[in-house]
Amino acid sequence: MDLDALILSRLQFAFTIAFHIIFPSFTIGLASYLAVLEGLWLVTKNEAFKTLYLFWVKIFAISFGMGVVSGVVLSYQLGTNWSVFSTVASPVIGPLLAFEVLAAFFLEASFLGVMLFGWKKVGPGLHFTATALVAVGTLISAFWIVSANSWMQHPTGYEVLPDGALRAVDWWRVIFSPTFPERFAHMTLAAYLTTALVVGAASAWRILKRGADEESRLGLRMAIGMFAIVAPLQLFVGDLSGKEVLHVQPAKLAAIEAFWETRTEQPFHIAAWPDRDAEGNRFEISIPKLGSLITAGSASAEVKGLKAFAPQDRPPIFIVFWAFRVMVGLGLLMIGLGAWGAWLLWRTRGPEYSRPFLWAAVAMGPAGFVAVISGWVVAEVGRQPYVIYGVLRTADAVSPVGAGQVSASLLAFMLVYAVIFTVGVLYILRLMAEGPESPPAEIDEPPGAPLAAGTRGAPR
Amino acid sequence: MTLDLPLVWAGIIATAVLLYVLLDGFDLGIGILFPFAASPAERDVMMESIAPVWDGNETWLVLGGGGLFAAFPFAYAALMPAMYLPIILMLLALILRGVAFEFRHHGRVRGKAFWTAAFAGGSVAATLAQGLVLGGFIQGVKLDGRGFAGGPFDWLTPYSLLVSVGLLAGYSLLGATWLVWRTEGDLQARARRWGWIAAAATAALLAVVSLATLFVHPRIAIRWGFDGDAFNLATLGPLLPIPLLGLVGLAVVAVGLRRAHQATSLIGAYLVFLSGYVGLAVGFFPNIVPYDLSFRQAANADNALGLMLVGVAILLPAIIGYTVWVYWLFRGKVGGDAGYH
Repeated sequence: MDLDALILSRLQFAFTIAFHIIFPSFTIGLASYLAVLEGLWLVTKNEAFKTLYLFWVKIFAISFGMGVVSGVVLSYQLGTNWSVFSTVASPVIGPLLAFEVLAAFFLEASFLGVMLFGWKKVGPGLHFTATALVAVGTLISAFWIVSANSWMQHPTGYEVLPDGALRAVDWWRVIFSPTFPERFAHMTLAAYLTTALVVGAASAWRILKRGADEESRLGLRMAIGMFAIVAPLQLFVGDLSGKEVLHVQPAKLAAIEAFWETRTEQPFHIAAWPDRDAEGNRFEISIPKLGSLITAGSASAEVKGLKAFAPQDRPPIFIVFWAFRVMVGLGLLMIGLGAWGAWLLWRTRGPEYSRPFLWAAVAMGPAGFVAVISGWVVAEVGRQPYVIYGVLRTADAVSPVGAGQVSASLLAFMLVYAVIFTVGVLYILRLMAEGPESPPAEIDEPPGAPLAAGTRGAPR
Repeated sequence: MTLDLPLVWAGIIATAVLLYVLLDGFDLGIGILFPFAASPAERDVMMESIAPVWDGNETWLVLGGGGLFAAFPFAYAALMPAMYLPIILMLLALILRGVAFEFRHHGRVRGKAFWTAAFAGGSVAATLAQGLVLGGFIQGVKLDGRGFAGGPFDWLTPYSLLVSVGLLAGYSLLGATWLVWRTEGDLQARARRWGWIAAAATAALLAVVSLATLFVHPRIAIRWGFDGDAFNLATLGPLLPIPLLGLVGLAVVAVGLRRAHQATSLIGAYLVFLSGYVGLAVGFFPNIVPYDLSFRQAANADNALGLMLVGVAILLPAIIGYTVWVYWLFRGKVGGDAGYH
């Protein structure tokens, strides 16, 4: 296989999947948030919850649509660009992806229609059920895709047949591979945090620009609650997941921490410039012994360095090292934001009156997306040079297609995604700047029924 | 287990692809007909008629792709690289038309115009790309063992272009007959006119494609009992109900369009599609990658197929149940429900 098609296919997959993950990591959290808002409205009859629902559901509709169309791409790209991977992996994880489509995609797609356009056609209880089913669907989808990915990270429950093909022998161990529970929790919490950061930023922005109406206060306070509880929890879950990496993917851990030598009392590098050719760090800012302590739980623990692995078995180090630091750094900032917000809630008139806090919340709005993408870069680039860890190398997984075709498709994806991303973000930001309308312009209006609204306001 | 799992799965995938064509066919057809609408308001109604259901309809395409990956990985691994460029074109086109459902509303003057064009252009391009894939598939894929061994443009032939145009006419027919069912007044009258034109084009192109298909691969000709000059009636006889179904379908379309009666013309169009679908399948079955890989050779391990069948047995009835419920919920004429606006 020609190397160019391989590199281009990797770039294309990285680009299309990184683009895609932006939307699910927002809509998984937003769907749950909408279900909570609608539930609170039904229980408390506080109209502010409904106003918030009607506002966020419009943003949900845009984001979900972008997630759907960029997700369809992935279900075909495994074949167009990674046909060898498909034939090797399908006997084991084929059912997992099939279950994702059957259990999640149809559920989400069908009840999204009811959620957006069924406001007048079904009663409030049934409408709430539709919202809840969409939220459940997003979580089922995350369950299966993270399950499949976890198996690729640490394959268990399979055997290799004499002809080299894989075959599942224990489905339970395929679906619940050892790293899966932590990774699923990590991804779900990441989605919830991402959404909370966006909700917090939009609410803070509204308060800064227009003053504290009830909806923005509610939105901000709910977001602070999420930061304060979920961000520390995420640190804990992420650490569990990291401890797992030490055992099942020691090369990835060495890359994350830029450890070259195998030794006890590994230092923790706050910053470093890892150099593959020199097999060392060109410079480093380090804290002695802390590396062993946080990765293995004890300063005297021996932790493997990259030199313990043959050069062709080492993942790219620079990108993994820095992506990890971006993710953790943002996570720590999220914890700080949560602590600050909680302190303002308990000890002052309220977070609405602290302009520095509001500006900080606005600034942190996109942090969840950056952290999620960084986290996936750590997971996926850190698994290299394997696509199925220890089983199939990425270089052996690619389709028999030429570099010309792949460069054409990569360019086309970049162009189309640039357009829809720019426009989608513009429309979402525009909606956020307008903010929730209170009271709703028209009670009977189906939430997010853009086309209905379009006809009413026609001609444009 | 005595169940013939690969055969069952061939049936499931074939059904998923057929359902995709029948359901997203009218969605794409709406997009193809978009430029012919009389006003922006009419386009809004056209889009509104499918807005609650298009996402679910397109999910059958994901099941087609994901299901092929999971049930027939060797077919998936051979077909996708073979059809690389048209598949990518289809995906990009579906992206542009998919986001247009939301973007078109949020755009102001230029934005709205752009996404109106993107919805129409994306629908046309996705349809043409699907036709190229179908044409490339029918004419056969060059394999080495179970892997693709052909060139990047093998799919591009006069035959695949012909199929592509035929599919464009067919989806237009589905879109027009859907509108006859779901709209009223001026738009419905216009949809009936579109329906007549699309029905004539579909009938003509289906006839040409059917004849051309006999010459695309000798296996197809043998299957239909065609020796190059004449048909062997003993072989052809049992297959005649297939083209007859197409003719019946066209007659039903005509009756439905003449009376503008409910979903009658759409059902007629569905019969035409069913006839074409089965007619093509007869030519290549039991191959799943024509003409060197059968569905048995391409099938996944039995334990994977078995596990998935359990999932299908539980989930598919539920999917069909709530899909039918959603269609029922959004029944009725779109333009007539004033409260909906």
